[in-house]
Amino acid sequence: MTLDLIIPIIITLVGASTPILLAGLGELVAEKSGVLNLGVEGMMLIGAVITVAVVLLTGNHWLAIVCAAGASAAAALIFGFLTLSLSANQVATGLALTIFGTGFSALFGQPYTGKAVPLFRSPFPPELAADPVWRVVFGYSPLVYFSLIMVVAVWWFLQRTRAGLILRAVGENDLSAHSIGYSVIGVRYLAVAFGGAMAGIAGSCFPLILTPQWVERLTTGRGWIALALVVFAAWRPFRLLAGAYLFGLVMTLEVYAKAAGGGFRVLPSELWAALPYLATILVLVLISMRRGGSSSAPACLGKPFLPTG
Amino acid sequence: MTVLNRRTLIKIGGAAAALPLVGGRAFAQEKLKVGFVLIGTPDDNGWNFGHDTGRKYMLDQIGADKVETTVVTNVAEGPDSERVFRELAQQGHKLIYATSFGYGDYVHKVAKQFPDVKFEWATGNSTAPNVSLYNAKFHEGRAVLGTIAGMMTKTNTLAYIGSFPIPEVRMGINAFAIAARKVNPEVKVKVVYVDSWFDPAKEADAARALIDQGVDVITQHTDGPAALQVAEERGIVGGFGQGADMSAFAPKAHLTAIIDNWGPHYVKSVQSVLDGTWVEGSVWDGIASGEVEIGKYNEKIPADVVAAAEKVKNDIAAGTLHPFAGPIKDNAGAERVAAGDVIDDGEFWAVDWYAEGVEA
Repeated sequence: MTLDLIIPIIITLVGASTPILLAGLGELVAEKSGVLNLGVEGMMLIGAVITVAVVLLTGNHWLAIVCAAGASAAAALIFGFLTLSLSANQVATGLALTIFGTGFSALFGQPYTGKAVPLFRSPFPPELAADPVWRVVFGYSPLVYFSLIMVVAVWWFLQRTRAGLILRAVGENDLSAHSIGYSVIGVRYLAVAFGGAMAGIAGSCFPLILTPQWVERLTTGRGWIALALVVFAAWRPFRLLAGAYLFGLVMTLEVYAKAAGGGFRVLPSELWAALPYLATILVLVLISMRRGGSSSAPACLGKPFLPTG
Repeated sequence: MTVLNRRTLIKIGGAAAALPLVGGRAFAQEKLKVGFVLIGTPDDNGWNFGHDTGRKYMLDQIGADKVETTVVTNVAEGPDSERVFRELAQQGHKLIYATSFGYGDYVHKVAKQFPDVKFEWATGNSTAPNVSLYNAKFHEGRAVLGTIAGMMTKTNTLAYIGSFPIPEVRMGINAFAIAARKVNPEVKVKVVYVDSWFDPAKEADAARALIDQGVDVITQHTDGPAALQVAEERGIVGGFGQGADMSAFAPKAHLTAIIDNWGPHYVKSVQSVLDGTWVEGSVWDGIASGEVEIGKYNEKIPADVVAAAEKVKNDIAAGTLHPFAGPIKDNAGAERVAAGDVIDDGEFWAVDWYAEGVEA
């Protein structure tokens, strides 16, 4: 394999990895606070359709991304109201959010189907990315650089700030955090909203980087991969980054291997498609073996907070 | 424990997200109720768009006073479709169109339970007293595209993005490759299956992978314009619309399109149910009867290429050219069809090899 091929593979794999990385980061923060939101796929679809609508109306990519983040955060807050304030079951409500997002985006997106969306290209001058090797550094959409900054930001927030410590405390032991005076519900609302905003931006990646159009169910299940990714990463931001790029590499190598033909076709198609999930299961098995059966999941994940109960 | 629950629930969530919405319509006893089951949505600009356009044409021709239609979208190929067919039959639909190959087993199962409901299975391969087949000879259109691709390519490397290696897709690839090699014996066709009829992000990535490996003309047998948009962005020679004109997505790269025209068939078939003359059968028409049309040619295609493409189209319509006329070798070099022989409509479905020049 030559450099001529390795560079395009890297560029394609970065594109494939970015949405699952962004959505995974958002979900990671929500889960660290103890909230399991299975609505990632739905929030990504809402983000994608809002992005397309705003770009087609205004031509402004940044505005579109902000609107997508806002819309998906609003959808996440509906989820938050039901699960946090009304203590509804998080799993069922999250699935309902996905179904809602799928339906809402299909309805809202009808006027925008059949239209090409302008791509959100590299912010650097084209001369910088002219050389193929420098393209690996400068050739991406701003969303890619944003996703990498957010990995560091989320890690720094969770590990190095007081607010991050409170968020983790709320996720590990809500009653203790409550008893020393922190607002468990308030923290969780913020974490859920952040998760929604990130899922919305992940949705933006589809029309702005990957396939510049709107069509129903555009994200075709990437939200579920992002959920698996959080488990794969054992709720750690840098492992999430590695996992996202590993999943992206698998997805990208599949099509490049098929296109190359010959000896690269040894693996059957179905196995390629199952690889991210198989890898997640393998990692779960390894984690539980190492820690004598306990997973590294936040202790309060998925449980409603009922201080009086 | 949490993790275990979550794994299971992710699966359930996937299934729940795929639940289609079955639309009910007002009761009107005297009207014929016709159901359309689609694998995607009519706004895909491709396969489902073609069927929905045909449905609207049928409604116009026969009249909304005689027939009413229910469209169920996003029905996955699999057990879920059985429920949809049964619900449509229970709601009084007397004619149900199953517009994808993978519905077959479920169509047959439900058809046995509702002997007075007529089913028509698009691109299917087995009939029953109340199950008919209808299909279009898309491979005839593929031969026209192959001619254009073979003459236009500069790298002599063409690509074909397929959904699944089912006979229809495989024969589309063969028709494309045979026609391309007739006008350019150096041509090879790289095939990538994306294991889905609809996954725009993966189709786009497949197109990127193919272009990065020297492909300069892309054709696809999936349901949207994703690959064509990548062709436009990369500035390669071009690609083709599948099912409908997709030039709005790729004005420079869109060379032409295969356009599915199901309308005339739907009119005939609904009319036969209204008249009580519907019988089990199999309809498989192509360019000659207008089921398969070739779209507008892009301005950048040289006149001699347009002329060659038109000649292939007209000769197929006239019956003087067969897309699978021998001699045909397979991609391992063995002769599969002797000179003077053709792959006829019966043999078509049993072909399990790729023509010379195909890398699959």
